[in-house]
Amino acid sequence: MTPAPIHFAGERLMLDPCGGLFWPARNTLIVSDLHLEKGSAAASRGNLLPPWDTRVTLDRLALMIRRFGPERVVALGDSFHDRNGAGRMQPADLARLRGMTATANFTWVLGNHDPTPPEGLDGESVEEHLAGPLLFRHQAITGAGAGEICGHHHPKAQIPTRGASVTRPCFVFDGKRLMLPALGAYTGGLDVRDPAIARLFPRGFRVFLLGRDRLFSFVFNRLAA
Amino acid sequence: MSVCRSWLGQLSGFNLSLSRQNTYLWTMTGTLPERFATWFASRGWTVRPHQLDVLAAAAAGESVLLIAPTGGGKTLAGFLPSLVELSETPHVGLHTLYLSPLKALATDIARNLMLPIEEMGLPVSVDTRSGDTPSERRKRQRDEPPNLFLTTPESLALLLTQPGAQQFFGGLRRIIVDEVHALAGIKRGDQLALCLARLAALAPQVHRIGLSATVAHPAALMAYVSADRIIEVNGGAPPEITMILPAGRLPWSGHMGLFSAPEILKSIGSAGTTIVFVNTRAQSELLFQALWRLNEETLPIAIHHGSLELDQRKRVEQAMAAGKLRGVIATSSLDLGIDWGGVDQVLQVGAPKGVSRLLQRVGRANHRMDEASKAILVPANRFEVLECEAAILGVAARELDGDPPRPGGLDVLAQHLLGCACGEPFHPDAMFAEVTSTAPYAMLTRQDFDDVLGFVEDGGYALKAYDRYRKLFRDAEGRVQVRSERIARQHRMNIGTIVEAPVMKVRYAGRGGGSLGEVEESFVNMLVPDDTFMFAGRLLRFIRLRENVVEVADGGTGEPKVPAYAGGRMPMTTNLADRVRGMLQDPSTWHAFPEPVREWLDLQKLRSRMPGRDDLLVETFPRGDRYYIVAYCFEGRQAHQTLGMLLTRRLERFGFVPLGFVATDYVLACWCAREPYDVARLFEQDMLGDDVEAWMAESSMLRRTFRNVSVIAGLIERNLPGAKKNRRQVTVNSDLIYDMLRRHQPDHILLRATRADAAGGLTDLGRIAGMLERVQGRITHMALSRVSPLAVPVLLDIGREVVRHEDGEDALLEDAETLVAEAMGETEPPPFMPMQEPAILRPNVKRGRLSRGGGTLFQ
Repeated sequence: MTPAPIHFAGERLMLDPCGGLFWPARNTLIVSDLHLEKGSAAASRGNLLPPWDTRVTLDRLALMIRRFGPERVVALGDSFHDRNGAGRMQPADLARLRGMTATANFTWVLGNHDPTPPEGLDGESVEEHLAGPLLFRHQAITGAGAGEICGHHHPKAQIPTRGASVTRPCFVFDGKRLMLPALGAYTGGLDVRDPAIARLFPRGFRVFLLGRDRLFSFVFNRLAA
Repeated sequence: MSVCRSWLGQLSGFNLSLSRQNTYLWTMTGTLPERFATWFASRGWTVRPHQLDVLAAAAAGESVLLIAPTGGGKTLAGFLPSLVELSETPHVGLHTLYLSPLKALATDIARNLMLPIEEMGLPVSVDTRSGDTPSERRKRQRDEPPNLFLTTPESLALLLTQPGAQQFFGGLRRIIVDEVHALAGIKRGDQLALCLARLAALAPQVHRIGLSATVAHPAALMAYVSADRIIEVNGGAPPEITMILPAGRLPWSGHMGLFSAPEILKSIGSAGTTIVFVNTRAQSELLFQALWRLNEETLPIAIHHGSLELDQRKRVEQAMAAGKLRGVIATSSLDLGIDWGGVDQVLQVGAPKGVSRLLQRVGRANHRMDEASKAILVPANRFEVLECEAAILGVAARELDGDPPRPGGLDVLAQHLLGCACGEPFHPDAMFAEVTSTAPYAMLTRQDFDDVLGFVEDGGYALKAYDRYRKLFRDAEGRVQVRSERIARQHRMNIGTIVEAPVMKVRYAGRGGGSLGEVEESFVNMLVPDDTFMFAGRLLRFIRLRENVVEVADGGTGEPKVPAYAGGRMPMTTNLADRVRGMLQDPSTWHAFPEPVREWLDLQKLRSRMPGRDDLLVETFPRGDRYYIVAYCFEGRQAHQTLGMLLTRRLERFGFVPLGFVATDYVLACWCAREPYDVARLFEQDMLGDDVEAWMAESSMLRRTFRNVSVIAGLIERNLPGAKKNRRQVTVNSDLIYDMLRRHQPDHILLRATRADAAGGLTDLGRIAGMLERVQGRITHMALSRVSPLAVPVLLDIGREVVRHEDGEDALLEDAETLVAEAMGETEPPPFMPMQEPAILRPNVKRGRLSRGGGTLFQ
């Protein structure tokens, strides 16, 4: 596992191949779009997806917490798939998440899927989180100043290779804004060439695709409108 | 209306010579009632013997399977008993249900039925139903069911989920299943079989009439229909099939047949109306363009394939029926369907792939049983000349191919069980008996049945997290019912067993731009603005993608791309492969081949040897800096693809450093950095052991299969009521779910269903297993010093065929990243290293080669 360092607003940040971001200077781990309990949300609508998604997402989170031992964890919103998500967790999963919130301070940035603080979980709930030169929010705001770190769009990129093209979730970065991939086990993705993402990076951007052991980096030039 | 005329014209085609050609497994001639006899006579028609036989069997209360070649008046034979019965005893409500795989067919047949009904003044009502039927008409059908009701398997499945099904179908007397041969053995057929069993429970008095083209496995179809007997009409005039070759050079490779465009155009010009059948949609586009480049007389030639806009297809069909076209380039989209009287000849461009398929296509010309259909085969390369010749012999010998129907899919069963629970409550024991009464599910175990029911009920997961979201509940008597009307509503939107690859609409840019049809998403992903591509018989320029619509303009420059579609290419049948192998082995048959083919085969005999009927010829030779292994398996391209994956893994393990492979219908070629030896060991039967498991688990084919299975089983919804969910998201989700299930519950019923589908449905593994077994101890290894004549076509295919790496995505990404970085000057390229000669090995290998291979060296 080799994290990739980037320099952003004068800070050194580590992109993790699991999809999280670590800020060594503040000992902070940032993750986005966990969408916990998406499976049970679908089940309640009659679509009985395999029920292990929360467990798998927590596995990913636990792995990064073990690796970095952060003092603070910032969850960039859509941590639960809907507002009742926390209440539907299996007892084992809930105990595990509580264990994590006991070892690190959790900052729950609110997202469009979870606009209210998660019930029965420790940590502070905020609309935005400002730390030094970096501003953490769920959804990017057009025209925001440099230093915005966001999630929401579930970016993924498709890279032509010899043989076939490969599609993976990715970080998107243009020196002014950093967008995180979704960490949730059942989160699909939106292609970075989609106008919804591309217009947030008008001068082109670099993507970092998640790999098994490392990240793979490619440049996307400014896209024709 | 010419469509109408041709359908009824099948009756007048009867003459005395016909009855001599016909043989019956069983004969029992009924008589036509006075009213019908008079009407037939008034039109100058005579009823055919098998039509009377069906009438008699129906009168005796038997279910029958009628097998007759195209043009045999099958459809009328199916309806005659009901018309006669209804003319004698008028019936209130549903009397006869007619099911056809094609909804267009139902509409045409309903129209044709009106002629005798109106002219004889029969008290019979007719109506049709498909997914497009407006709700008002549906309601009328529910309130006043028609006597004759024509519909599709999917619409029937939907009707059975309605609470009023018992009342609607209770009085049903007869079910006619058309094109049984096209339904049995596929998932639509599984669904229909289950629905027929349901109908038998709702209306125990019902009898069935199955209608089928001539097939290799009549007994299997008889079981499918639960028929008491088969009425088989053999013969009809044997078709006249010839072959044309391009003037000048006979191509070594390629599958499109564009070389023969001048000859194809000449054939079209010399006949009234021609259908030019091709094998893929891409080929139809390319050939269409090639013909129009030469078409100085501007003969009206059109194109027809399944991805074109429905309106355009209809226009082409109408123009064809009206005799306004001289030629149509068509794919399997025209294999079935309403007869056109006026087709004078059929061309098959490219390999015919199978005898049954060729017969079906040839039968589209001249739909009258007593006159010979005329067909011309146009092989695209040398191997296809052999295949065409084999197919002509196969047709003459009436050696039909096709595998017996495989067992029914568990995904289809899941859909059916939920559908039943939406209709009437059922008891699992009774339902199990009902399901196993059908041919596709006759061998279903109670365990599998219970697991499928468990999946429908609560997902069937080892982790019991969804107790409160159950879809079914059981009442005090243990009967199963759907939990809520909302679940029933959701289910009704997901009925059907056809799952299409994700596609995008192609439309002209600008306001009100017309729609041209659909291309697969994977093709669109390759396009950049201003790329040119061929579609709908036009050259189009890609402008942009807008909300899942591909916007285009006419024209464009540069080499055009051609959209390919998944599953477009079908493999050659084993039957035909055996014939080709047999011909290669027997030089006395070569006189039938054109000169260049004979020369080619003679040269092969001289330079290497011919593949035998029961052995496996494997050639190895160096070329450039690689070593090639060419195996002449003749098992079809898909089986060779699978074999290629397995062989590559094996070469890797043996240390031969495989670099790639290419598969054709006839041959598999691999290339390596090291010279392979001990070749027979490579093809030992244990190849199918661990390697298959490992390959299957990672294969994208299995992921695609899982996606289809989970859509059919209802795990992934096609249409979420009120939600905007595009197909792109479906793709993502099915992969995520697949990985999740594999990791947490590898024996889940849907994974079992997927594996059964992949292994049984595609039959690749079966073919490979059969071949490996057959050739054990009979592998003939020829170690050559250069490429053999027979190997040239496959070597020419290298580079044309995409070799897909199923795994190692990370390696591919790394490769792409490194190349880009080197090009940008961000990193230094690795030092240039010429291919290392395996210095120690080589002299040994060279000496040992003669003794080991035992083959001749030529040079």
